[in-house]
Amino acid sequence: MKQNEAQIKVKNLTVAYGDYVLLKNISFEVCRGDIFIIMGASGGGKSSLLRVLTGLMPAASGEVFIDGINFSSATPEEQKKIMRRCGILYQSGALFSSMTLADNIALPLQQYTNYSPALIKELVSLKLALVGLRGFEDFYPAEISGGMKKRAGLARALALDPEIVYFDEPSAGLDPISSKLLDDLIIDINQSLGTTIVVVTHELNSIFAIGGNSVFLDANTKSIAGCGNPKDLLKNPPNETVLKFLTRGEK
Amino acid sequence: MNLDCIVSDDMAEVVLSGDFIGYDDEGLKNAVYRRLSEAKIRKIKFSGALLRKWDSSLVVILYRIAQDAGVRKQELVYDRIPDNLQKLVRLALSVDRQPEKGVVRPRSFLENVGAWGIEIWRGIKKGLDFIGHTMSSVMRLLTSSAVMRRVDFLFALEDSSYKAVGIVSLVSFMVGLILAFVGAIQLKTFGAQIYVASLVAIGMTRIMGAIMVGIIMAGRTGASYAAAIGTMQVNEELDALQTMGISRFDFLVLPRIIALTITMPFLTMLADGMGIAGGAFVGITLLGISPEEYWKYSYDALDMTNFLVGIFHGFVYGWIIAVCGCYYGINAGRNADSVGLATTKAVVTGIVWMIVVTGILTMIFEVLGI
Repeated sequence: MKQNEAQIKVKNLTVAYGDYVLLKNISFEVCRGDIFIIMGASGGGKSSLLRVLTGLMPAASGEVFIDGINFSSATPEEQKKIMRRCGILYQSGALFSSMTLADNIALPLQQYTNYSPALIKELVSLKLALVGLRGFEDFYPAEISGGMKKRAGLARALALDPEIVYFDEPSAGLDPISSKLLDDLIIDINQSLGTTIVVVTHELNSIFAIGGNSVFLDANTKSIAGCGNPKDLLKNPPNETVLKFLTRGEK
Repeated sequence: MNLDCIVSDDMAEVVLSGDFIGYDDEGLKNAVYRRLSEAKIRKIKFSGALLRKWDSSLVVILYRIAQDAGVRKQELVYDRIPDNLQKLVRLALSVDRQPEKGVVRPRSFLENVGAWGIEIWRGIKKGLDFIGHTMSSVMRLLTSSAVMRRVDFLFALEDSSYKAVGIVSLVSFMVGLILAFVGAIQLKTFGAQIYVASLVAIGMTRIMGAIMVGIIMAGRTGASYAAAIGTMQVNEELDALQTMGISRFDFLVLPRIIALTITMPFLTMLADGMGIAGGAFVGITLLGISPEEYWKYSYDALDMTNFLVGIFHGFVYGWIIAVCGCYYGINAGRNADSVGLATTKAVVTGIVWMIVVTGILTMIFEVLGI
């Protein structure tokens, strides 16, 4: 598989809740092994777009291709097969509260592989160590902090060595240090595993720290108001909306 | 062989070759770990020139070797394996926080009994405290100083009134029917099947109607109270109420308790009627009693005291169900599991208390000759 080839292709996609259209006819591509940011103001349809990309919500119209396969028109079984190669870190971590961290991470491994319990145990320890939670296997989600929950959620998202990992607002609700740690982790995971990473966020610090390529979703025009590297967008903003967003409205 | 270990003098070379996708050869892995644990080995070198595809199952092996090497102070040389593999192992080894979990010492039997006793005592205190707060909330309502939204009350009233009519009617009709069947089997033996009408009329109005409504409403409305308030606890809505200085009892408990204590007597009346209709169905269609005769015997058996005793039970059950639902909702934990637990406890405790109170009331009525 080549780097720089488009792994995710979004073509003329419209995202809507009934008659209420959030995004209209948007198109973009995410390259294999890239870190891609979907940014925009609150209410701009970022999280809804992520729901469409991950099959949690149908597209009103348009198509999403993953590795050349039309994900939007795929059957639920085919979508499930494609999503098996994807990991998702939800805003809250979405850990199962009745399970220990080890059980949370072991769940997809038990579900989708025939690995022996010993190997699953080793893999769980490794994934926790990768996100800086070595030794936290027997902890319950209620016993760890918000930042740690997100990292544990990331360990679960990485359990099956996914090719694509989606992050929904990874820095939301985190202190600057935890937020920086998670940003660094995203970069580390991308570099060491070559995973394609799609991050939905409006946190400027994260956007500039991790951004490779990006799209800016404009709630007013319901379309993409800018695309490219966030630092380049700041230097040469395509319009006032993007400039305002990237400078916190100071310019 | 994908995995090999070559030892020469104080150095070991771990040779990785081929594919490592879901690699799970426990025997070979353990053999390599054992060889690397030899005391003379001071340096471990990884060699991955022939390595092709790999996934986390390979990282697991390198991570384990690196961890053990750290403990044994062995030097590791990574430079002959892919860069991203090196990075992953280094990333896994860089711990930024060590877990600290209190060690729970196992309790002795006596300690367990003591802890259990303390827990029960605390539960009683908490329950009495809740009832006290509820009563003072009712008092505030009477003095018009309670913060109870009318819409919440109306919503609770709607939920526990006409929306419950269908299920209460159906279940009560079936209970009347069963009661008539069971009674008829015995009464028929001495030709007294006509008294089925009296049996059903007295049984339903005195207690069965109220109990059936109580059980239905505990499972339906009590559970929903616990789940709704428990979810508010998880979403920190209860904390928000507290910090805004609004009493949870006025805002959440009061509308529900009042609604249910108002509707329960009416639902009990409905259950009484439907139970008698169920009995009549059996009596008229299966036992061959004429409708006129059946209604006459039913009417003669109906007694205002029995009827009022049943209604009073319904009123008390309504209060018990609402209190249990709200109590367990407010005392729910802060995760999804605890909402489920609160719901279960609300239903089970509500029904248990209903039975206990029925026993007490029956004794009191017996003593009073009612």
